[in-house]
Amino acid sequence: MTQTITLNVNGQALKAQAEPRTLLVHMLRDELNLTGTQVGCDTSQCGACTVLLDGRAVKSCSVLAVQAEGHKITTIEGLARDGTLHPVQQAFWEKHGLQCGFCTPGFVMTTVELLRDNPDPTEDEIRHALEGNVCRCTGYQNIVAAVRSAASALRGSRRPGAAVSGG
Amino acid sequence: MATLFGSGIKRREDPRLLTGRGTYTDDVKLPGMLYAAFVRSPFAHARVRSVETKRAKKVAGVVAVYTGQDTKDRVNPVPCAWNVPNCDLRTPPHPLLAYEKVRYVGDAVAMVVAESRAAARDGVDLVDVDYEPLDAVVNPEKATGKEAPQLHADVPGNVAFTWKVSGGDPAKTFAEAAVKVELRLLQPRLQPTALEPRAAVATWNDAMGQLTLWVTSQNPHIHRFLCSVMLKVPEHKIRVVAPDVGGGFGSKIPGYADEALVCFAAMDLKRPVKWTEDRSENYKVTIHGRDHVEYVELCGTKDGTITGLRTRVYAGLGAYASTAAPGIPTILHGLMYSGPYTIPNIEGTVYGVYTTTTPVDAYRGAGRPEATYLIERLVEVYARKIKMDPVVVRRKNLIPKDKFPYTVATGITYDSGDYQGALDKALGMLDYKAFRAEQAKARKQGRYLGVGVTTYCEICGLGPSQVAGAVGFGGGLYDSAVVRVYPTGVVRVYIGGKPHGQGEETTFAQIVADEFGIPIENIEIVAGDTEATPQGWGTYGSRTTAVGGPAVKLAADRVKEKAKKLAAHLLEASEADLEWKDGKFVVRGSPDQAKTFGDLALMANVAWNMPPGVEPGLEASAFYDPSNFVFPFGTHICTVEVDVETGRVKILRYIAVDDCGPQINPMLVEGQVHGGVVQGLGEALQEIAVYDEDGQLLTGTMMDYAVPRASQMPKIETASTVTPSPVNPLGVKGIGETGTIASVPTVVNAVCDALAPLGITHIDKPLTPATVWAAIQQAKGGAR
Repeated sequence: MTQTITLNVNGQALKAQAEPRTLLVHMLRDELNLTGTQVGCDTSQCGACTVLLDGRAVKSCSVLAVQAEGHKITTIEGLARDGTLHPVQQAFWEKHGLQCGFCTPGFVMTTVELLRDNPDPTEDEIRHALEGNVCRCTGYQNIVAAVRSAASALRGSRRPGAAVSGG
Repeated sequence: MATLFGSGIKRREDPRLLTGRGTYTDDVKLPGMLYAAFVRSPFAHARVRSVETKRAKKVAGVVAVYTGQDTKDRVNPVPCAWNVPNCDLRTPPHPLLAYEKVRYVGDAVAMVVAESRAAARDGVDLVDVDYEPLDAVVNPEKATGKEAPQLHADVPGNVAFTWKVSGGDPAKTFAEAAVKVELRLLQPRLQPTALEPRAAVATWNDAMGQLTLWVTSQNPHIHRFLCSVMLKVPEHKIRVVAPDVGGGFGSKIPGYADEALVCFAAMDLKRPVKWTEDRSENYKVTIHGRDHVEYVELCGTKDGTITGLRTRVYAGLGAYASTAAPGIPTILHGLMYSGPYTIPNIEGTVYGVYTTTTPVDAYRGAGRPEATYLIERLVEVYARKIKMDPVVVRRKNLIPKDKFPYTVATGITYDSGDYQGALDKALGMLDYKAFRAEQAKARKQGRYLGVGVTTYCEICGLGPSQVAGAVGFGGGLYDSAVVRVYPTGVVRVYIGGKPHGQGEETTFAQIVADEFGIPIENIEIVAGDTEATPQGWGTYGSRTTAVGGPAVKLAADRVKEKAKKLAAHLLEASEADLEWKDGKFVVRGSPDQAKTFGDLALMANVAWNMPPGVEPGLEASAFYDPSNFVFPFGTHICTVEVDVETGRVKILRYIAVDDCGPQINPMLVEGQVHGGVVQGLGEALQEIAVYDEDGQLLTGTMMDYAVPRASQMPKIETASTVTPSPVNPLGVKGIGETGTIASVPTVVNAVCDALAPLGITHIDKPLTPATVWAAIQQAKGGAR
């Protein structure tokens, strides 16, 4: 028994079909072909499935697809604008904040939320904020460096008169 | 022209991964695709009386249900591919689906294939299996005991092999030694936890008799071979594609039953089939690492010269011998018992033991972390016994820089090293003397500070194929590259390895860009598709840069040689008069007389005017087989403070000085060190796979298995020394595993050093607060 869900994904209004038991992450991956959002565990521990729901970072494995009815979802595919990487993506690239890349979309989405709430986090605050995301490759050090670098870039772009970057 | 070799440029694989445009196996979607799910044993050891599939077959959307009886005559068991000689190795068959007995929790007994993932799961719930439970045994030492349940009819005492190594005269040395120390060490089981679970998508072209498999693989050519064996399909009819792979750490080397069964279902049903494990399935079924119980001894003189080392090791293999399992605790472990030291007398006995647990195979470091740990723990305990500074003892026994190549007592020859140089650099970064003074002061205040040092070397860059054959590895260990130049001067390089995060799409392009004097944007590195890439042996054992890198260089050299012939012909000059300058062949003394790489690419591909006897086209392949392994080395130092009230270990500083020879991309080298060290810190401080006595895995989810988090890990200070390897033309050594190899004893040494005033000499890892606290209580109780 599927239901029709009306929602906005990456700025596009759309309708999707899902069973009541379908998780948001599965709807994104299987129905909407947005495969950048990953599944790395089955206990809401790894954070690879993190997306923004009305601007808040959520683990899309812990949200039912039907709960997204009427909401705005941003996935990793929706961050870059007109071929320009989001400052958080750019910083992860420059600081070598990824290796296999599987956890990366989740880290990037979590970071987007963190830096909106706290534009100049300390290293401890960054490490604490990233506790819900697991990376097995980088040892986190370059991820932390990337978040700091992104914070600095975003603060620069938020100066009066400068364009505000997404997320 | 500035070279790219040595430059920390940004990775070329990142834009797709950062924007969600990578393709991992589970992202592959084919028309008409079915989904598989497995019925897995909830018992560690049981007879399978019957498997009833009637109810499952009635579930809406279920297309087929297969049992072991259905498949046993149509497929072959999972093969073991490292048949280590001279150790009486016994590798009983691992059926793809169990039909007589299950031997670990997670052993598959049936496969359900359905129109959706959910329907397949619904079907799994309705397969009725009648089990007759048998006794379990999870500890490899206990499993060799007389009372232990027997897993396999033809493996008495559950001993899969008894492997020995010796050099010098260990019996005499130990009998006559002035100082002896011994330890019983546990090297607990670990769960690799690549963040991407394993997955497989298979499709079968019935008319062509052709199978295509997308799979989470570190070595697609090995998977092609293993699938051919299991499925009885000729190798040339199988295409294996490993697309983006989300981490491996060894766990995506082996051939697995479930992956082959997905292929079987696709062939039988003539529709594409997908399966992706969930994390709890991954923890039960994907290989584990380590699992040693070790009895180890070291002897030496009173003034700090180590003269002998002896071991007796029980290495758990789990229920069956996984693909490379027998080689890990033997060839990659026992042969490294000399570490970076001149230990003339060595003897080791390793028992490979079957237990009713998940199979154990290569996990980051694979055998060398276990060797380094036991050596470094023994050196530390020895130094304490003779009341010498452990750094002084290490320095005294390190192989001197002018003795390379150096053959150790186990018979292998280390290529190059400057072990003292790395030690000095690391000690300088810490200011070792100042820390010892700080420690002494802290002790007076009742604070427990400690410093741990590890000097290590390791064997990697696997390896010469002749040696592979001699040690029973069921394949070669060369690697390969095809460099193909297009008419417009752009280049694709097809490699035999399969990087999955290490960054060779970038570093190999750096090598080629330098060689041809062209922008790196004009080069693409292609890996992972057996249809396109030459026979190679995969990415593990820190071999891709050290073995695949030279293959890329050699193939590029061959292209350039041919381009030079063509340039000489077109310029009407002799080859001897040409020089390569700024990306052009120039006639010496006539700078106007020149052909760029682009000119030659075009002229070779159109072939309007080739030199006599020279074929059209501009491409070359190379199969590079190294003459030896490579041996990276270094010194890691860690300082800690232990809270004796809670047992909590706080890392104050972590310093890693590593030498992997010349670095193609220092930023990526540093990334490998960070990741490796943190993986080792997980092993040292918090990770452990726990089974109960009945063989139930208690750490079966990410809520229970303590993968390190950002908030738990320290900042790592890295530095390097550069000692080229004479083995390969790039001088490079592997760096993927050194961090994990060095960091585990470094931390344990630091904690034991901190707690030395309490009389504590050893605590088994992981050093969780509970474990450390218990050791402190025991020590205090003992002192009373």
